[in-house]
Amino acid sequence: MGRKLLIEHINVPGINTLEVYRQKGGYRAVEKALKTMSPDDVVEEVKKSGLRGRGGAGFPTGMKWSFLAKPEGVPRYLVCNADESEPGTFKDRHLMTYIPHALIEGMIISSYALGANVSYIYVRGEMMPQIRILEKAIAEAKNAGFLGKNILGSGYDLELYVQPGGGAYICGEETALIESLEGKRGNPRIKPPFPAIAGLYNCPTVVNNVESIAATVPIINDGGEEYAKIGVGRSTGTKLISASGNINKPGVYEIELGVPVEEFIYSDEYCGGIANGKRLKAVVAGGSSVPILPANLVMKTANGENRLMTYESLADGGFATGTMMGSGGFIVFDEDQCIVRNTWNFSRFYHHESCGQCSPCREGTGWMEKVLHRLEYGHGKLSDIDLLVDVSKKIEGNTICPLGDAAAWPVASAIRHFRDEFEWHVKEPMKSQSTNYGLANYAKPIEKAVAAEEK
Amino acid sequence: MLSVTHTEEIEFSPALLAQFSEIVSRYPEGKQKSALLPILHLVQAEYGWVSVPAMDKVAQFLSIEPIEVYEVATFYTMFFLKPQGKYVLEVCRTGPCCLVGAEKIMKYIEQKLGVKEGEVTADGQFSWRGVECLAACGFGPVLQIGPEYTFYENLTEEKIDKLIADLKG
Ligand SMILES: Cc1cc2nc3c(=O)[nH]c(=O)nc-3n(C[C@H](O)[C@H](O)[C@H](O)COP(=O)(O)O)c2cc1C
Ligand code: SF4
Ligand code: FES
Repeated sequence: MGRKLLIEHINVPGINTLEVYRQKGGYRAVEKALKTMSPDDVVEEVKKSGLRGRGGAGFPTGMKWSFLAKPEGVPRYLVCNADESEPGTFKDRHLMTYIPHALIEGMIISSYALGANVSYIYVRGEMMPQIRILEKAIAEAKNAGFLGKNILGSGYDLELYVQPGGGAYICGEETALIESLEGKRGNPRIKPPFPAIAGLYNCPTVVNNVESIAATVPIINDGGEEYAKIGVGRSTGTKLISASGNINKPGVYEIELGVPVEEFIYSDEYCGGIANGKRLKAVVAGGSSVPILPANLVMKTANGENRLMTYESLADGGFATGTMMGSGGFIVFDEDQCIVRNTWNFSRFYHHESCGQCSPCREGTGWMEKVLHRLEYGHGKLSDIDLLVDVSKKIEGNTICPLGDAAAWPVASAIRHFRDEFEWHVKEPMKSQSTNYGLANYAKPIEKAVAAEEK
Repeated sequence: MLSVTHTEEIEFSPALLAQFSEIVSRYPEGKQKSALLPILHLVQAEYGWVSVPAMDKVAQFLSIEPIEVYEVATFYTMFFLKPQGKYVLEVCRTGPCCLVGAEKIMKYIEQKLGVKEGEVTADGQFSWRGVECLAACGFGPVLQIGPEYTFYENLTEEKIDKLIADLKG
């Protein structure tokens, strides 16, 4: 059993209340930070912990905090990113639903470290129940003196508010989120300036994911060094993984970074294996935006090493044979799933969610959706497959925000690894409507996949 | 598309206006526009959708131009710009849910309610639509019903039957 730092007490009845949360040691970290540490001490501990942003990009949190500009007399803001809309990701909802005080406590510690006196939690609008839960938790915390003026006699003031979004994936991108919080359309801003210099209301701002913020609680309680002892190399601590798709036990798991992927999929502690006795075909390991991997590259890297649940190991092999940790949205496909259909579904998602500001993304995602639709429904040509690769390359790197890349990678990687399945849809248009390509060679020894990549 | 089905002015109730004011107090002086999304959610919860007269009134309340409200209401998919059924079943149609049968569930709902996506049943009770990932992928297929966005997870045809029967009361 791995150590659990975030959701250890998730099954304790009443853990959503302040009373029970405190009985389980809650708000000790706030007391420790505000009474015995300076804001810079808190930043130092987070740096030592090696914590990397859990929202998707994996940028070191302590370093991000130290970039925050601190001009005299200008307010600074911490905004929590609880927009959670990346397909395959549902960990933040889980944490907020069951242990809302873990986020509130983390917000107090993090706001203190950054010198923010007003902080916002931007929650996707559909999470109305979670918004109510958080508002109740905030009221409890305020009542107990953990929020408001002169918290615990430290002289530090903090107000915390929950802001609903309106149903737009793009508002998870941090500058779009800031625009949205200002009451505007969620159009990402051109960077620089970065939010650390000019973010919310043009003031220095840090945007952090729910899980990153909650992780500061155990970091302050146990110290950054203790936290950094968990994990492998630069992948320190624990991570919440959202597991979905064709597995026996879908759900949210807290893992120690470094668990082998094979163990994660097949052990009863986690996913419990592929559902209905089927065989594994593919995995999208980090939310819909990251490259898909065929079964033969899931458990082992192209070099034959065991693949681990770490930022580095998942990325081993680059885009040719690796993927990314992303947001930890682990989507499992069994042998009956159609890769073409899923790729079309994802590209429809990105087209739908493109904010429309830049033409490569706005037009490119539309073309990809259209071409994939025609391949899926048996009207495609062989040249469509290369056309897709071409369009994806023209989007990648040519847009204001990373949504363009996020739309391009799933398509490019699906074709890289599953080209034969795309070709089959063209050559067998009738058959592809009534049956599936199946597992084909995707679970065969690794040489196969590498050969496909090189051709 | 904005649709104007009635042009008369709308008056928000004092209770609703008090909620609006509380929301505005969460932001710094002069940044009241930040209240726009939360206020539009309240308007939709009250009226079932967001009409042009309602948006004009919100603009007035926040001292911003009506166009600033329209451009926001049209950007965010949660806001209904025309009347809906009393209950809107919003079913997730994104990849992970499709791996566990979301498409079948959508077909079943369409057949059961007898209306196409976006249309309202003759008795005005129901409409439905597909929406993108609802951050509940491990519990799919899943649907939500506003304005409190209650979730119904691990959907089956039997669960849909029961849900619709319960809502009909
Ligand atoms: C299109 C897009 C969607 C994103 N969605 C989310 C999201 O839902 N939640 C999140 O925390 N980060 C999301 N991000 C990443 C944020 O921009 C940002 O990097 C993150 O919130 C920073 O927090 P962290 O450093 O704690 O990870 C998204 C990025 C992009 C480009
Ligand atoms: S890449 Fe897409 S989502 Fe991002 S700013 Fe450009 S059009 Fe908008
Ligand atoms: S894909 Fe349906 S909730 Fe995420």
